[in-house]
Amino acid sequence: MQSFGYVKATGTDKALAGFAVNARFIAGGTTLVDLMKLGVEKPSGLVDINLLPLDKIEPTASGGLMIGALVRNSDLAWNSTVKERYAVLSQALLSGASPQLRNMATTGGNLLQRVRCAYFREPSAGQPGGYGCNKRVPGTGCAAMDGFHRVHAVLGTSEHCIATHPSDMCVAMAALEAVVHVEGPNGKRTIAFADFHKLPADTPQIENALAAGELVTYVELPKPVEGAKSAYLKLRDRASYEFALASAAVVARVEGGRVRYVRVALGGVGTKPWRSHEAEAALMGKEATEANFRAAAEAALRHAKVRRDNAFKVELAKRCVVRTLKLATTA
Amino acid sequence: MDMTVAPDLGIGSSIVGKATSRIDGPMKTTGAAEYAADFHFPGMVHAVPVTATIASGRIVKLDSSVAEKMPGVLLVLDHGNVGKLYRTVPGDQNATNSEVRAPLEDEIVRHWGQYVAVVVANTLEQATEAAAAVKVEYEALPANVKASLADYDGKRKSVSKRGDPDKAFEAAPVKVDQTYITPVETHSPIELHASVVVWDGDRVTMFETSQGVVNHRVVMAQVLGLPVENVRVVTRFLGSGFGGKLFPWPHAALAAVAAKKLDKPVKLSVDRRMMFASVGYRPRTEQRVKLGATKDGKLLAVRHDYLNNTSILDDYDEGCGEATPYLYSVANLEVTSGLVKRNMGAPMYMRGPGAVPGLYATEAAMNELAGELGMDPVKLRFLNDTDKDESAGGIPFSSRHYRECLETGAQKFGWERRTPGIGSMRRDGKILGWGMAGASWVALRLPCTAAVEFCDTGRVCVRCATQDIGTGTYTVFAQVAHEKTGVPLDRIDVFLGDSSLPDGPTSGGSMVTGSVLNAIARGAENAIKKLQELAAETEGTPLNGAKVETIAFTNGRLHAKDGAAGSGTSFSDLLKAAKLARISAEGKTLATWEDPKSKGFSLHSYGAQFVEVEWEPEIARLRVSRVVSVIDGGRIINPKAATNQIAGAVVMGVGMGLMEETIYDERTGQPINGSMADYLMATCADAPEIDVTFLNYPDPVMGEYGARGVGEIGLAGIASAITAAVHHATGVRVRELPVRIEDLLESKVV
Ligand SMILES: Cc1cc2nc3c(=O)[nH]c(=O)nc-3n(C[C@H](O)[C@H](O)[C@H](O)COP(=O)(O)OP(=O)(O)OC[C@H]3O[C@@H](n4cnc5c(N)ncnc54)[C@H](O)[C@@H]3O)c2cc1C
Ligand code: SF4
Repeated sequence: MQSFGYVKATGTDKALAGFAVNARFIAGGTTLVDLMKLGVEKPSGLVDINLLPLDKIEPTASGGLMIGALVRNSDLAWNSTVKERYAVLSQALLSGASPQLRNMATTGGNLLQRVRCAYFREPSAGQPGGYGCNKRVPGTGCAAMDGFHRVHAVLGTSEHCIATHPSDMCVAMAALEAVVHVEGPNGKRTIAFADFHKLPADTPQIENALAAGELVTYVELPKPVEGAKSAYLKLRDRASYEFALASAAVVARVEGGRVRYVRVALGGVGTKPWRSHEAEAALMGKEATEANFRAAAEAALRHAKVRRDNAFKVELAKRCVVRTLKLATTA
Repeated sequence: MDMTVAPDLGIGSSIVGKATSRIDGPMKTTGAAEYAADFHFPGMVHAVPVTATIASGRIVKLDSSVAEKMPGVLLVLDHGNVGKLYRTVPGDQNATNSEVRAPLEDEIVRHWGQYVAVVVANTLEQATEAAAAVKVEYEALPANVKASLADYDGKRKSVSKRGDPDKAFEAAPVKVDQTYITPVETHSPIELHASVVVWDGDRVTMFETSQGVVNHRVVMAQVLGLPVENVRVVTRFLGSGFGGKLFPWPHAALAAVAAKKLDKPVKLSVDRRMMFASVGYRPRTEQRVKLGATKDGKLLAVRHDYLNNTSILDDYDEGCGEATPYLYSVANLEVTSGLVKRNMGAPMYMRGPGAVPGLYATEAAMNELAGELGMDPVKLRFLNDTDKDESAGGIPFSSRHYRECLETGAQKFGWERRTPGIGSMRRDGKILGWGMAGASWVALRLPCTAAVEFCDTGRVCVRCATQDIGTGTYTVFAQVAHEKTGVPLDRIDVFLGDSSLPDGPTSGGSMVTGSVLNAIARGAENAIKKLQELAAETEGTPLNGAKVETIAFTNGRLHAKDGAAGSGTSFSDLLKAAKLARISAEGKTLATWEDPKSKGFSLHSYGAQFVEVEWEPEIARLRVSRVVSVIDGGRIINPKAATNQIAGAVVMGVGMGLMEETIYDERTGQPINGSMADYLMATCADAPEIDVTFLNYPDPVMGEYGARGVGEIGLAGIASAITAAVHHATGVRVRELPVRIEDLLESKVV
């Protein structure tokens, strides 16, 4: 492990001031320390943000919820307001990782967790003699294309990268239309959730909309949609401690048997938390029937691109969407 | 979890046979138990291997000039400077090594992850960083790490043969002919392999993660070129091994060389990534099974032809035909094996080697045969049960209750309620699948010695150079010492895992309990005899002058046979009066193959596994919900520890059936899912409801305690019972493990 500087910031201004070129903020460290040990992340310095006053969950004036970037995944999942009014988020968080990891992992860190592609995590990826990985070193190729890619994405891929965005929390936040608050050298701004994560396109090394040195301070959830229900479902090879092969988050309101409001997001299949406008469009105003759910699922996966070993994810994701729609639309 | 033990069948009135908590439990829960990597010595430094990034080729240049100048770096070992390391004597039963090749023996790379150098530095971090800075240039050759073994056309060895199986198969009215595949599985115990090596002149002590300190010691003596008495190997506690720690791996000798060269204690801990490349795995097996039967289900022919991959230099035979020749009655049978070379590390025995993958295939074929016949699979097994070992000229079994395992399992599981139609059973909106399979595992008594010692402090010590690999060996030994001496458990000290103790067996093959208990019992009897003699001789003590034959020993007291048990003297008072610190005696166990009383018997344990799966086709979710496991494993010494073994094996079986597979990148030969997050094993959340039953029939041929050992049999049969249950629920017949969501998506059951 190469040596690195370390500062413990006591305030947001100090955290921003302490951020040097090639530094990283460190929160729970469950992604960052892991990748530092593997030699994937080689920061020159760490700015520890754990003392910043960003560990609260507070109601907003408009009836929503302001979640501090340092709120631990467990605390967020078990928060009574979240459990009651944003069930999809609580369920998503609790389906992720393990209790130990959730106790450490933070809201901000979860937003920024990196991909689980086995080649990306290889110490020498992108180096001469190592696996090609455009995300590690642009232009070196993508070893996953013809390698082990059973867990890789089928939506939002490019010829440069097919790594799945691994977060569960983010899938729920996409369906909830959260807003990310950030603060940086040039002041504060907000980023709509849909704009926060980036598709790999031909720059897979750029994963999000943050500028260098920008700190995530809060994630804001809008007021819950009146009369809507929500659900999260995660499908995988084992019952716990595994990333999704396919997951779905749904927020929906049904009136008189018809879908009047619906948000659908998918996990485990996209290169970013995958909001499916196609599925939503297929459902709006339609009757809440299995046939229509299936049509929505078909629409969600219509543009799926599969590789040798991940084709099954298309059908799995469809079944996941259908079941989650059922869960969110039945009493 | 449910735990049932048939009524105790006798032998004394002690705690042998009673559920007993681990005597080492508090040490483990408080962290006082020291595992190999926990040992620290003043001045200790750290070694980190540099591993090959190709799977085949040769090293053309190894440049450690940068690494050597890095902070804290003390030494870089490679082929050029490692000095003399030797191979072990081929075929030496006392020196079984994991790999033929001596570490760093040549500059040829034969598998990804092979050690090509070792960096030693003051701290682990320094050594890790410097290891990454060693530049290795290779001349790469095409590597063969192809998973499929199907194109093998090399020789096959006939392992067991009787009658004319091919002719009988041809003529059989009902046939099954299928190929079953099990993937590479990596042992992955929680404790990483490690060596901590300390030299004192030309004597070396090695703190090791070893399932066999005695064998380890002999191997190290041979590899390092030392007299065996100069080597001591210690494994006080093991964070399990599952076979991966049976025999030494190259890191141990390399740590020893580094420690010698630097004249400092050295620690080398193999990290998880290396654990997937350089300390063994269960190889892939491809097994073609042909069964021919009459219309009534009587077996006419069995043919079991298996292949397994092995490394380039090692001829590892998985032994898939272990149970095939004796489990059922059939006149015509052949088992053959073929070893397929791959640029992969050496395979190594993994829990239930041979029998577990082998029974997966043959029991799956039996289930398919039952399907062909339209017969209940339990009944098919009854029909083909046998009371003699037909593979060994019809010798009798020492104790076989296979039929009762099946009957008890069926009854406990509620098997008679099974409706055979695919997808025909439902509960709470889920489809149920029920499947079953038989299990078996070999039993042997290995030769060994144990010492039992009485101390003036009132304590009793048991000593044997075998190991507790996490299974409860410390406790069962204490139970027997208690039974023989009457001294309470909290005054019994058991010393294991040190090659300087009397020679004990390797913890493999589920054979430690059945072997060592006899030696302990003999040792206790011999030590008691010495106490009796001492009581007769020691002046000023109550029994002085009495005839030895008239002195009894009850609950730690020596007393006149016709007197009360509370009379006479305690052994500690006796020792004090005689001015002795302790009195000790050894006992020996005779190997079953040398003992005229056991020679003519076929020794095996048996079991039956019944599995329920729940299937939700709507979301392609399959979970194992219930397992009933009935084991005929001889007499059960500690039902608590034994149940724990079977339940643990069942959970492992869920992993084998549905999750475990080491995936190699075919371009580089790297095990690409080599981490605990990516190599999927069953978690606690995947553990089904488990009902374990022991029939508890003492095996008279095994000796006084009649114990056969239950460490491995619990895994046998689980995977085939799972695939049968999966077929029952989904209609999908999976013949290549693990069963995956991809397979199940093909189910037409709704
Ligand atoms: C074995 C394992 C299994 C897992 N399984 C799952 C799973 O099933 N589902 C799932 O969703 N997740 C899973 N995770 C991922 C886990 O959720 C993330 O590691 C965690 O959420 C990251 O949070 P953290 O606070 O530890 O982040 P850190 O490791 O501290 O940081 C991660 C990144 O975010 C940056 N960062 C952190 N906070 C901020 C901030 N406020 N502003 C700007 N940048 C910031 C850091 O610089 C770093 O680049 C798993 C992780 C592991 C190790
Ligand atoms: S999928 Fe993306 S992260 Fe993985 S190897 Fe390809 S470029 Fe790298």
